[in-house]
Amino acid sequence: MSKRWLIATIAALSLVVAACANPEEGGGDGDTTTTVEAPEEETTTTGGGDTTTTADGEDAVGETPYEHLNAALNGDFAGTSVTVNAQWIDAEEENILSVLTPFEEATGIDITYEGLTDYETVLTVRVEGGDAPDIAQIAQPGKMQQFAAEGQLVAIGDWINMDQIRTDYIESFVDLGSYEGDLYGLFFKGDLKSIVWYPVQAFEAAGYEVPATWDDLVAVSDQILADTGTNPWCISIEHGDASGWVATDWMEDILLRTAPPEIYDQWVTHEIPFNDPEVLEAADYMSQIWFGDDYVYGGSTAINATFVGDTQTPMFSESGPECWFHKQAAWIPGFWPEGTEAGVDSSFFYFPPIEEEFGNPVLGGGDQWMMFDDRPEVRALIEYLATPEGAKPWIERGGFVSPNSSVPLDWYATYPNDELAAILTEADTFRFDASDAMPTEVGGGSFWQAMIDWVAADGEGTEDLFQTVEDSWPAG
Amino acid sequence: MTSNERRAQRSLTRRTLGWGVAFLAALALLWIGIVVLLDPDAITGMIVWLYELVGLRGQAFAIAERGIQEGFIRLVTVVFAILVGVGGVWFLFITGNALIEASPSRARRHLRPWLFILPAAAFLGVYLVFPLVETIRLSVTEDGGFGDNYSFVLTDPAMQIAMRNNALWLVIGTTGSVVIGLLFAALVDRVKREAFAKTFVFLPLAISAVGAAVIWRFVYTWRPPGAGQIGMLNAVWTAAGGEPVAFLQAVPWNNLFLILIMIWIQTGFAMVVLSAALKGVPTELVEAGRIDGATEIQLFFRVVLPTIRGALITVATTIFIAILKVFDIVFVMTGGRFETEVIANRMFNEMFRFRNFGRASALAVVLLIAVIPIMIVNIRNLRRQGIGT
Repeated sequence: MSKRWLIATIAALSLVVAACANPEEGGGDGDTTTTVEAPEEETTTTGGGDTTTTADGEDAVGETPYEHLNAALNGDFAGTSVTVNAQWIDAEEENILSVLTPFEEATGIDITYEGLTDYETVLTVRVEGGDAPDIAQIAQPGKMQQFAAEGQLVAIGDWINMDQIRTDYIESFVDLGSYEGDLYGLFFKGDLKSIVWYPVQAFEAAGYEVPATWDDLVAVSDQILADTGTNPWCISIEHGDASGWVATDWMEDILLRTAPPEIYDQWVTHEIPFNDPEVLEAADYMSQIWFGDDYVYGGSTAINATFVGDTQTPMFSESGPECWFHKQAAWIPGFWPEGTEAGVDSSFFYFPPIEEEFGNPVLGGGDQWMMFDDRPEVRALIEYLATPEGAKPWIERGGFVSPNSSVPLDWYATYPNDELAAILTEADTFRFDASDAMPTEVGGGSFWQAMIDWVAADGEGTEDLFQTVEDSWPAG
Repeated sequence: MTSNERRAQRSLTRRTLGWGVAFLAALALLWIGIVVLLDPDAITGMIVWLYELVGLRGQAFAIAERGIQEGFIRLVTVVFAILVGVGGVWFLFITGNALIEASPSRARRHLRPWLFILPAAAFLGVYLVFPLVETIRLSVTEDGGFGDNYSFVLTDPAMQIAMRNNALWLVIGTTGSVVIGLLFAALVDRVKREAFAKTFVFLPLAISAVGAAVIWRFVYTWRPPGAGQIGMLNAVWTAAGGEPVAFLQAVPWNNLFLILIMIWIQTGFAMVVLSAALKGVPTELVEAGRIDGATEIQLFFRVVLPTIRGALITVATTIFIAILKVFDIVFVMTGGRFETEVIANRMFNEMFRFRNFGRASALAVVLLIAVIPIMIVNIRNLRRQGIGT
């Protein structure tokens, strides 16, 4: 009898332990939880061999234009804690921690950072379940708008120094972070998509020149095909449940080059139909490259079958490039094969303009911070992330372009961010990813789906497919 | 009424009252325990209070000032949860049981079953009935309401593809699993190392659908012609001189390739159950058939199959329901691209990506309605077998 009791007790105990062991780890596999403890010793420098971190922390201790941040630097909120969720994991996690750690050291506020895979799904489930973090990153402005509309977010504009925000950020960042005139999203990290990677050594050895116009781009593609017999382009869009976004990026980048930005904006907000003639014209330009004879490595099947991260791999083939151009944002070198280096094995050029009157537009994306709980220490962290210093550690580590105009360009020490910054500052128009700003069922659903079907049909039936996207646009 | 009887009556009433109060107290304690468990600060407060109680004022003060370690809070939470959970439920049951003991014998007979059923019924109510009602409510109120949601489910072109695919899955998947499972069970019945042979068919069942899908992704992987084929099928196929085939993009055959994975998983289940059923067929029956001059084929279809009919229906309905809900395989393999969408995958997308609760709920309701006839068949079958009343 007593033995049975013992077993029952142990069973109950282990169940409860399992249930209580670590609530943060319940989010699904692949999640990484890191608690950043504020170190006791003030003199320690943080990891990554970055000896200037402590100095940064001290830099930040002056008067900032932000009320709560000043109070936090004064030690007013020491001992409190803030939870932060973002999609940055592994190497990216180290980057975001390099930003958060100096803040912890300077203020004594304890930050628990959690990087999540399947980020948007998990975050949505958490917010739904009343288990939202204090601060969370989001890449899709549409998602931020949804959370704001549901009343889940704290309005940042209600309390932050908006004059400073307007000085530091161009109007479109403020607009994109706003819902019904109030600021809810703070842009933190920018992405440039309007660049094309090419095998710089082989390219120069063959005597080709970097194309300055669309016609040049097509001409040099034809030239490569004729000279080498290899396919000039590497394109692919398979990315699990996000497949298709590469294609929508192309559409948007081309539309910015063939139509005035106002058309682009109206397209995003559905003031013109999704399948407006201007959009169909952009699709025609796109199919010149996507469905040109022998233009793409592996043809349309490869476009739909190859993982986005593997797109450029054939360019680094030992027998010489098997494809020469790959239009992708600056994070792609992280996916290149072992032993390749950005700027050596492959560099990029600006995706050339098409119609002269629209100048040099740049398509970008951006991550913004959302705030789910209104406490002074959370406000202070949001304010810190709005300052140039709140981005500096990551800028110095590389792979980061800040949307904050007050960030000095000479902070960008590493390739390719200096060149990216150059393209950004020379841009005539800057627009955000249209599909990110469209309603999710379009921008993250039917638009992607139409692009996949378009590729599967080898570029046939363009008008019908764009009509299905138009039909799927939610009413109201 | 004698005075003795009257006294007994009074004492019974008193006892009933006493146990009633105890029962209510147990309920209240359990409730408070749950409320405390839901609030992490309450646990900290409790630790502070405990320290003060045993006279460790300094310790208590330090905690109140600086907070305590996460791990310690968790440990206390665990202990508290055991006390409240195990102890509370035990106490509740003891008092409830005593309360019934104290009640008149006629009422006792009617009350006692409820005491045992109540916890299960409460759980079913909270975790099954309530979500069910809520889903139906959402499907007629959210988004565009009843008309919009259900007309989307029934008329949207993408949904029609999903419906078609689900039908394909159900017909091919269920028949495939049951027929192959039955065939294998019948054949292996006469093999010497039966268990060994069965293991191979049964193993895939132990792999999760997501794991299976990942394995099969590698089987179906495609690389451009000329590049090294890392997919098993294409490696074999190109070695034999063929052009690589993009299996997952080959509309409409790609559906078949996905269904094949489900058959691979479910056949083992069908085989195990049917094999056991086959062993249950009385030898006299088979012998009698043989003596009457039936061929082996006739024996199988006329004697053995009717005998294991019940097991066949159970297996078929179970697999049918599993396939009706198919999601993970499609989600991992194609995500519904290339016309491989199924209802459950669409439901996931509508719910968690597009946040259309109404549409997602309408899809859930459709799946629920689709499963009802199967449940009826299943229950009838169980009744015929004498299980349940």
